[in-house]
Amino acid sequence: MSIAHPEIPRPSLMGFTLPLMAAAGLGFGYIVGTAHGAPVPGFLAGALLGAVLGYVLASFVPNRKAGRIGAAVVAAVAGFVLSGFPGAVVGAIIGLIMSWFAYWLSSGDYRAKVPVYATAGDVLWHNSFKFICGLIFFFLVAPIVVVLPLSFNAQDFFTFTPEMLSFDPAGYSLKHYEDFLTNPNWTRPLKNSFIIAPLATIISVSLGTLAAIGLSQSHVPGRRAIMAILISPMIVPLIISATGMFFFYSKLGNWLEATVGLSGDFIGFIKVILAHAVLGIPFVIITVTATLVGFDRSLTRAAANMGAGPVRTFFKVQMPLILPGVISGGLFAFITSFDEVVVVLFVGSAAQKTLPWQMFTGLREQISPTILAVATVLVIFSIALLTTVELLRRRSERLRGMSPS
Amino acid sequence: MKLTSILAATTALTMAAGAASAVDLTLVSWGGAYQKSQLKAYAEPYMAMHPDVNIIWDESSAEAVAKLRAMHEAGNLTWDLVDVDAADSFRLCDEGLALEYEPNDLLAPAPDGTSAADDFGAQIVNACYIPQIVYSTTFGYRTDMVGDTPPSNICDVFDLEKYPGKRSLEKRPINNMEWALLCDGVAKDDIYSVLATDEGQQQALAKLGTIKDQVIWWSAGADTPQLLADGEVVMGSTYNGRLFSAIVEQNQPIGMLWDAQVFSFDGWVIPADLPEDRLALVKDFLFFATDTQRLADQAKYISYGPARASSAPLVGKLDGTDIDMAPYMPTDPANAQNVFYYNFEFWADYRDDIDAKFQAWLAG
Repeated sequence: MSIAHPEIPRPSLMGFTLPLMAAAGLGFGYIVGTAHGAPVPGFLAGALLGAVLGYVLASFVPNRKAGRIGAAVVAAVAGFVLSGFPGAVVGAIIGLIMSWFAYWLSSGDYRAKVPVYATAGDVLWHNSFKFICGLIFFFLVAPIVVVLPLSFNAQDFFTFTPEMLSFDPAGYSLKHYEDFLTNPNWTRPLKNSFIIAPLATIISVSLGTLAAIGLSQSHVPGRRAIMAILISPMIVPLIISATGMFFFYSKLGNWLEATVGLSGDFIGFIKVILAHAVLGIPFVIITVTATLVGFDRSLTRAAANMGAGPVRTFFKVQMPLILPGVISGGLFAFITSFDEVVVVLFVGSAAQKTLPWQMFTGLREQISPTILAVATVLVIFSIALLTTVELLRRRSERLRGMSPS
Repeated sequence: MKLTSILAATTALTMAAGAASAVDLTLVSWGGAYQKSQLKAYAEPYMAMHPDVNIIWDESSAEAVAKLRAMHEAGNLTWDLVDVDAADSFRLCDEGLALEYEPNDLLAPAPDGTSAADDFGAQIVNACYIPQIVYSTTFGYRTDMVGDTPPSNICDVFDLEKYPGKRSLEKRPINNMEWALLCDGVAKDDIYSVLATDEGQQQALAKLGTIKDQVIWWSAGADTPQLLADGEVVMGSTYNGRLFSAIVEQNQPIGMLWDAQVFSFDGWVIPADLPEDRLALVKDFLFFATDTQRLADQAKYISYGPARASSAPLVGKLDGTDIDMAPYMPTDPANAQNVFYYNFEFWADYRDDIDAKFQAWLAG
């Protein structure tokens, strides 16, 4: 049995589409006009063209695909006439945005995701909310995205050159990547970072996991106080920890050198690794403690009942279940060490110079786009790392018959 | 699984330490094109002669005084030789953080037999300081933003009508106060006696105040070249070597204004309390790195004047090119017609006081 829908007459949305299209066109027109030194004409022409575009698309071009491509092509040609190839690209983008906006308004799509009973105010808020979310996302990501093309700059400055803006291949080069991979000023810190971060991570994960398990036992005396002390490196301002560590590890290093007779370099690495492990431990404790909350203690008792010793129980029963927490804690510890610049500046010597240290001095002493190339590589590396870990986690949950949360 | 990864990591660490088991020599410098010139002229030839020595660079010269103090207190000296501004060497020497040395014992004589002390002459400004280069702080301007008459006088910096647009100046009173007084009609010889008085300081700040809202203040030597390359400033002060590499190596449309450039010196100090074995290596390196040919070689990579008189005639062309270095040298007679010398005594006495006033003026 179905309910027959009577044909509801759709109101014309033209009186609503045209002003908004004009407003959007006004914005773009102002930007383009300013770029050409004529804000007021740009402003007016933009508003007029926006309204015309909205009217034409809504009334005569019901086929969306054709309308959007057409608008993009027309705007690209106009952009090309105004300012060559880069203008064409910008024009095409503006055309796509404007035509999407026209259809979105004129076809009533802007109400599609809101319940039918929503008032005009509700709809306005819903769409403004989405717009604000988009803006927030844009402000988070834009600075990182700007870095990517700059790292291909053929010049040694943080500047978009005219060649780059006109997409001239001569304005781009891979020389900063080459510099990163061949210059000992960068390869040595890269190697140091890859020695220090994994070792510091292993230490923080081992100690942090053990501490979290111990501290989750209800019979441990003073566990809140112990927890607070272990987490303090995360709360105390880094510069204060670093100053303290500098004096502490200097004495430790001198003692090691005098009694054990290790080389200064080796001791330097030990000092930095230990310092970074201390910084990483709180992250591991917090994530592992959070996973332990959902851990069923009767499982360890069951294991003990079946004759497994505590160590075997830990590795065979408890560890696999809290592994996601351990891994994400480890990841945080790794990134902490890999990104850390304050403590290593204090505790390390030049032989332990890490990538962030080199980037820091590089930014201050010589503004070289190699830093941007390194930043790009690091961003890609971090994304790859996070994706891999997430995929592994899902895979293991799938294997164990749990659905990914 | 975890055990094997620990083992693997430990092995990696041991190997890393093993690879570095050659003797390390940690040099502290300023980074950038300057450090590169030291690498090319001193470090690479020295390492080629001594394959067992591994030279490591630390770009910490800007904090050399603070860091050496901290290292001294903690008894954890990780530096072997420190490149500092001559002004900083006074502080390090006074505090006993730098080693006093005897020029003729430590440094090589000139090829014609002139003793090191005579060859460096007055550039050895104190008992700890081992001179390397003469550099100048001067102005660069955008050739495409100044019209047909490029600035040729220091007072053009203060002339907003003739050269409208932003300027970049260093965020400290040194040099800026002198330039301001000079352009406010104070005779060159009277500048420091005027600047010693409170009225004189106010006069300099008032002159700087006429362009204050058009000034971008810089704190790192790389800032002005970047601002000029972006076209964000019309002119700006920085070290002449930075401008040289922006003009010659980066082909930027930048010209140089040499009028009233301020000469200063840069050189090495040896940290006090180095262990015997490291001190011996440092002395061996220094003997090589400060000889006549090495100082002249450095000028192949950067446009700073060598500190030895005997190196000057050996200065030639930019490495691998046909570009004569002479026109870019601060010491070239054509550029050095009107020169200021950084006044160490004056600034040692008045720096804290004028710094405080300058910072208050900046904030106000």
